[in-house]
Amino acid sequence: MGYPYKSHPRETPILSKYFGDPEARTLEGWQARGGYRALPQALDTDPVAIQNIVKESGLRGRGGAGFPCGLKWSFMKIGDGKPHYLCCNADESEPGTFKDREIMRWTPHALIEGCAIAAHAIGAETCYIYIRGEFTEPIAIMEQALAEARAAGMIGANACGSGKTINMWVHRGAGAYICGEETALMNSIEGRRGNPRIKPPFPAVSGVFGMPTTVNNVETLTAVPHILNNGAEWYKAMCLGNPKSTGSKLFSVCGNVARPGNYEVVMGFSFKEFLYDLCGGPPPGRKFKAIIPGGSSVPVITIEEAEQVKMDYEGFMEFGTMLGSGGVIIFDDAQSMPKQLARLARFYAHESCAQCTQCREGTAWMTKILERIVAGHGTFEDLDTIFELTENMTGKTICVLSDSCGAPVTSGITRFRGEFEALITGRRSSTVAVG
Amino acid sequence: MSHGASAAGGAVAKPTHGHHDEPYVPVFAAGSAPRAKLDDILSRYPTKQAGLLPALWIVQDERGWISEQVMKEVGDVLGLTAAYVKGVVTFYTMYHQHPVGKFFIQVCTTSCCNCMGAEDVVKAFLEKTGCGELGLTSADGKYTVIEVECLGACGFATPIMVNNDFIDSVSVEKVSEILRKYS
Amino acid sequence: MSDQKFVNLTIEGRQVSVPEGTTILEAAKTAGVLIPHYCYHSGLKIAGVCRMCLVEVEKQPKLAPSCATTVAEGQVVNVYTQKALDARKGVLELLLINHPLDCPICDQAGECELQDYTFQEGRADSRYREPKRFNPAEDFGGDVLYVTNRCILCTRCVRYMGDVAGDRALCVEERGDRAHIGIAPDHDLSHPWAANVVDLCPVGALVSKDFLNKARAWELDRTASVCPNCSQGCNITLETRDEAVVRMKPRSNDAVNHFYLCDEGRLNYQWINRDDRLETPMVTGKPASWDAALAAAGAALKGGSAHVVAGASLSNEALWLLKQAAGVGKFRVAKGGEAPLPGVKDLALRADRAANATGAELMGFSRADNPLATAGKIVLIAGDDCTDLDTSALAGASTVIAICTVIPKGLPANSILLPIANFAEEEGTFTNLRGRVQRFLQARPAQGLARPSWMALAGLAAAAGKNGAFLSAEAVFIAMAKTESAFNGMSYDSVGLKGQMAAGAGVTA
Repeated sequence: MGYPYKSHPRETPILSKYFGDPEARTLEGWQARGGYRALPQALDTDPVAIQNIVKESGLRGRGGAGFPCGLKWSFMKIGDGKPHYLCCNADESEPGTFKDREIMRWTPHALIEGCAIAAHAIGAETCYIYIRGEFTEPIAIMEQALAEARAAGMIGANACGSGKTINMWVHRGAGAYICGEETALMNSIEGRRGNPRIKPPFPAVSGVFGMPTTVNNVETLTAVPHILNNGAEWYKAMCLGNPKSTGSKLFSVCGNVARPGNYEVVMGFSFKEFLYDLCGGPPPGRKFKAIIPGGSSVPVITIEEAEQVKMDYEGFMEFGTMLGSGGVIIFDDAQSMPKQLARLARFYAHESCAQCTQCREGTAWMTKILERIVAGHGTFEDLDTIFELTENMTGKTICVLSDSCGAPVTSGITRFRGEFEALITGRRSSTVAVG
Repeated sequence: MSHGASAAGGAVAKPTHGHHDEPYVPVFAAGSAPRAKLDDILSRYPTKQAGLLPALWIVQDERGWISEQVMKEVGDVLGLTAAYVKGVVTFYTMYHQHPVGKFFIQVCTTSCCNCMGAEDVVKAFLEKTGCGELGLTSADGKYTVIEVECLGACGFATPIMVNNDFIDSVSVEKVSEILRKYS
Repeated sequence: MSDQKFVNLTIEGRQVSVPEGTTILEAAKTAGVLIPHYCYHSGLKIAGVCRMCLVEVEKQPKLAPSCATTVAEGQVVNVYTQKALDARKGVLELLLINHPLDCPICDQAGECELQDYTFQEGRADSRYREPKRFNPAEDFGGDVLYVTNRCILCTRCVRYMGDVAGDRALCVEERGDRAHIGIAPDHDLSHPWAANVVDLCPVGALVSKDFLNKARAWELDRTASVCPNCSQGCNITLETRDEAVVRMKPRSNDAVNHFYLCDEGRLNYQWINRDDRLETPMVTGKPASWDAALAAAGAALKGGSAHVVAGASLSNEALWLLKQAAGVGKFRVAKGGEAPLPGVKDLALRADRAANATGAELMGFSRADNPLATAGKIVLIAGDDCTDLDTSALAGASTVIAICTVIPKGLPANSILLPIANFAEEEGTFTNLRGRVQRFLQARPAQGLARPSWMALAGLAAAAGKNGAFLSAEAVFIAMAKTESAFNGMSYDSVGLKGQMAAGAGVTA
């Protein structure tokens, strides 16, 4: 079942199979759909064995960085005598991304099962599900599902009768994009400002409350029970492109497109087919112009480039962009790229945590320059300044928010320079379609 | 101690920490429901400080906003200073530092919604609520409208929040109907 | 420690060997390279936020924040490559885009790290063409004024208050470019050690209200000294302008006060400049020459044993000479509340509000609440600590000799007064409560005919028929070190500017 549109036959609905099915939300409904089969078995399995299955499956982090999940788990030293923590990153705030929201809204128990397995696999007795504060509906659904799971003994002091403790709590965010960065998320759980921390130490050594911690994205964790049920080979076989990218991936599609929504395809799927067939192409009478394929933090590419892309981590990199979180933002030929990129820069300026100089000052400056260009008061030197500023803001800060502000902007200027120059020379206004 | 304003590079503002005449009524009084709720939440974490975000949510549910006096109370309850609490409150945009209208309307205007006409939705809300300007509360105290950064429902442009209700796929045409529901 | 491992690396072409765990920034100091930085301070927890200390480490693709990167064996660090210089130039440009550039009216000018590094590595111009951000200044309480517009958000002040002062009175408020340092109502910077944030602030954002508009940094003369206001003996720099002390700043000494000085200590300096001074020797109410006054005093001392009252703020040298001239006696110490700085071991504003009570005790003087109480015929008062004593006991005295900077109240009309310099006007040593002997140097001239206390007391000793042949404070110290066991083997050279523990002392530390 798809949501909000019915699943397309070319999709591979594994995580999204029950999107739109309200009965899948309850414990009973979820068990009837095959849920909680993997967990009891997993709790009887050696954690390292689970780590190895997940390693073997090739599952990579779905939050944006694409780090191999099993490898990340293996950094946790089982039996070191310290309390371990699992943090589920449900702070989904990357513009263009809304897949975790649907996972939590429709299949909360899938996430709980994934979290519980992961907690066991890393030797954690406590899992915090950090959900962004705006997600009031997913929070309510998750709380309800957690209460059910606790009452049924799936989690808690004696999870599934295994004798193992897995406590799981929702921690509600309060409006900060940066809390999706794993160390900022941990600070936020600790009751601090959501400032990213300097690494090292890495979370597996010193994470939340100074203890060994793993942070995984919602989609990553939700895939885990399927891998345990069906085997690493089954998961690894889902691959149409580079063998380093396996499994199914949820792509959120938004912006100027006929059928926005979530689509689950196998890694390496043709982006062209995805855009025109699954998503229904551009809105009537319009043409696709530009695409930011992995959430707003990745470089923008032209539709001509996009049509050649194979949808996996390596496929997007070939065209100078990234798969990121899988949030596909589409602009059609009616949109002004300078205006949209200025708006994106403003997002980053608003969300900068204020720690690093380059980010705090740079994102705001970048926004002011872009907004001035859009207002018709730009100069050619401004474009040079933006590139130099981006250089200054890239690779020099604690986290990558600063880099993320520059990436879409400079890639956008490179690819759509004409639109910027038109505004600078006064030939066009930003509100008129440029094409 | 006198000090010249000019030397300081600007006017010297006296701290505007007003004291209210009415006696302060604590949120987390012993035996109260909010206190019980907080104590339950605190049992989930190894430190008291970790209860800060949840405590602030409880405050906002109870009082509608987070005053400087409440910050002090929360600090006292959790063993933190008011300044520390303030640093945290002001970091997170969902905590109100001032009273807002009965219905607090947040409209997403980040790019994904922007290119789908979110700015027109904002305009419609501003006009129809009588707020006129972003961040101002309507004369009847009912509405405050603000633009908000990405609400994470980009495929359902334009998502808005009215208090704790999340409403997606809002278009200009739907604004009046939504406001009828929240009146 | 013998089991400490050392790491070898190359910084700017120089080989250095530093203990494992040292940061690149600290390691560079040993190579004589000061890597520019703002948020880093060796007394505070590492924040790594200003990104000013970026350097290039060979074989690493990204520049490394040297304050937050520990050294590794064989590492090759380059501080001045084009890549590193460009990055730091970029940080400086960004720090200045919203900065008001009000150096002409900023107290920090001349000792501002933003000025220094911009001059050293920054751009000549700015490309910023947008309106600047503006925020009003805010009175943070205590001695601290926050000039928001100059703030670079290095958070040294926030970390100091939280981690060292143990009082989270400050926070970073808001985020992004709206961020600024915040404070809560009813909880200002009245912590007894709060004013250190002014010294820690690398720019002109946190300034002293006391010092506001008083002087330009480059007009000041600076003299190494020791805070006279309590027995902790915090090392300070006395800053003078036109021979007046205008500011006291902490001088770092890890054995005593690290980088800090308490508010009470640093703000209590106006008395040094007071102008109602005793400027000439006086005999029976009339000005007299030094020779005449010393002769009169010497004659009185020869006439019988004197009741000696010493000041606990006199130098070791003066106390020793006092002992030579007339023997030991009593002293009184003004008392006040203790105020520790929690983040630093054994550092506090001490109850004894005098610099040298320990020195006096080591010399054989003893404490008394009313040191004049048992006064006899001949009374010798040295130092200012007794200027407000109950002098009714002096009614029966035949001769009162007072060696002071100001005229004590209630002295008989026939008293002999000898004017001396205060601690800022002479050289000498104090012994702090842990027995650390520390030197202070002369920062301004003595007033009128006043002599350094050692010189006045040497003259008195000679006039009383004792050895008073000393030509300098150092000569007195050498003689003292020979006769006083606590000071055996010490010299001004061995004491240096960081002090030296007196023999037998330190066990209580």
